[in-house]
Amino acid sequence: MATSEIRSPLPGVFYRSPSPEEPNYKEVGDAVKAGDVIGLVEVMKTYTEVKAESDGTITSFAVENEDAIMPGQVVAEVET
Amino acid sequence: MGISKLLIANRGEIAVRIIRAAREMGIRTVQVYSAADANSLAVEMADEAVEIGPPPATKSYLNIDAVLNAAKQTGADAVHPGYGFLAENADFADAVEGAGMAFVGPSGDMIRSMGDKASARKAAQLANVPTVPGSDGIIGDLDAAKVLAAEIGFPVMIKATAGGGGRGIRVAENAEEFARLAPQAAAEAKSAFGDGGLYLEKLIAKARHIEVQILGDGTDFVHCFERECSLQRRRQKVWEEGPSIALSEEVREKLCSSAVALAASVKYRGAGTVEYLYDDESGDFYFIEMNTRIQVEHPVTEAITGIDLVTEMIAIAGGTPLSVAQSDIELRGHAIEVRINAEDPANNFMPFPGVVSDFRAPGGPGVRFDHMLYDGYPIPPFYDSLVGKLIVHAHTREAAIARLARAITEVKTGSLKTTAPLFAALARDADVQAGHFHTKWLEPWLEENAHTLSDDEGAK
Repeated sequence: MATSEIRSPLPGVFYRSPSPEEPNYKEVGDAVKAGDVIGLVEVMKTYTEVKAESDGTITSFAVENEDAIMPGQVVAEVET
Repeated sequence: MGISKLLIANRGEIAVRIIRAAREMGIRTVQVYSAADANSLAVEMADEAVEIGPPPATKSYLNIDAVLNAAKQTGADAVHPGYGFLAENADFADAVEGAGMAFVGPSGDMIRSMGDKASARKAAQLANVPTVPGSDGIIGDLDAAKVLAAEIGFPVMIKATAGGGGRGIRVAENAEEFARLAPQAAAEAKSAFGDGGLYLEKLIAKARHIEVQILGDGTDFVHCFERECSLQRRRQKVWEEGPSIALSEEVREKLCSSAVALAASVKYRGAGTVEYLYDDESGDFYFIEMNTRIQVEHPVTEAITGIDLVTEMIAIAGGTPLSVAQSDIELRGHAIEVRINAEDPANNFMPFPGVVSDFRAPGGPGVRFDHMLYDGYPIPPFYDSLVGKLIVHAHTREAAIARLARAITEVKTGSLKTTAPLFAALARDADVQAGHFHTKWLEPWLEENAHTLSDDEGAK
């Protein structure tokens, strides 16, 4: 078992769901595959998907919905 | 009543613009800011500044309670909302007035009425302002819809009333297509929204976007001529100019008078913009909507009329009557504004929240640069990408374009990529020089030319 970190490629605001009315992409304990979307980063009104880089299980989110984040900041951890 | 202390409920270049107007009027300024804007030019320039929350706009610039608390805490007697954020939020306007302060803009009820498409269209019709031909409301009966579509004239857009954001829109080129598409649209609307009602509107394929600046104090109403904003990318204006090259004197007079008629019919108070689509081929214009705020492109009008729109709207909010009559307002020369966004035009206009370095502002005759930049300023990623507006003014359109081509090369932001190279290229384009464009012109042009828009082309 190893832990891998999902990092945001961009600065901006982090969102866990596609829109306020919809459920979160992923919850702690959910299985993910490489390429699965786990959140969005809004940069200057443009939305970019944040994706898992490896298969595994999400063990924690390091930031809250609507938190401001910096490039390279860890947003979630995955146990692989 | 008069205003002595103005709170600016906005950020960026428009906050700087409002502070400048207030200072010239002898009004003290309070700048609210998010944690991401502590180092902004507006905060530095204002007399006082109050932090109102964390970086995301929903927690700061859109937080009505936080803005009102800052106003009460500093003893402000007026609030200027700028554009975007809370500028057209009727509840905010009501809350400001309810707290005993002046809102620099029209009343909450006016914002509500003009913000609703159906009621704005109705107001326009009552003032005899032409609206886009269409069904005035929902058509439930498909046979009646067929008759109406023929009356409107093809191509006709079929819209699901409950739809939004372009969903459920179909275009019928003729009666046969309409007969085929209308039942589909009704069925889809019924299953998606539980309402099969349709709304019909004439499609104006090659339209120009032309808008009229108006001012009103509730008693007197004037227009300050028009701006043309046909060069758009993803429905965002990138280049605005005035006057429009497409209008004859006769059409200009009709268009501008119609905007004044609408303002007068609703007893408008403040600065506003009446937006139209203009059909080059028929010479017809159609009301689309009215914006009840100052607009990004207001400096174009200031250049060609000499009227300070921001000062004027603050004075109106303070109870001062309009300082100008229609007969005082004359059109002088031609002005163009281009929007300098922190985006990389060579890379599909990706947002570029970088750091300004080696900054140089453009200058010289007929040049105005409204911006929020200084050396070492990191552009926050949380807000709109607009960081500056270059406005040029000259005797003729041709001279204004030459002036733009010259001034845009003087804008330097170092490692910060901006849309400046786009405007250097547009200023050289034969169609742009001839004024041959419409609202769908720029996007295909970008498909062909975007890859050439490197820094070497423009801001060098």
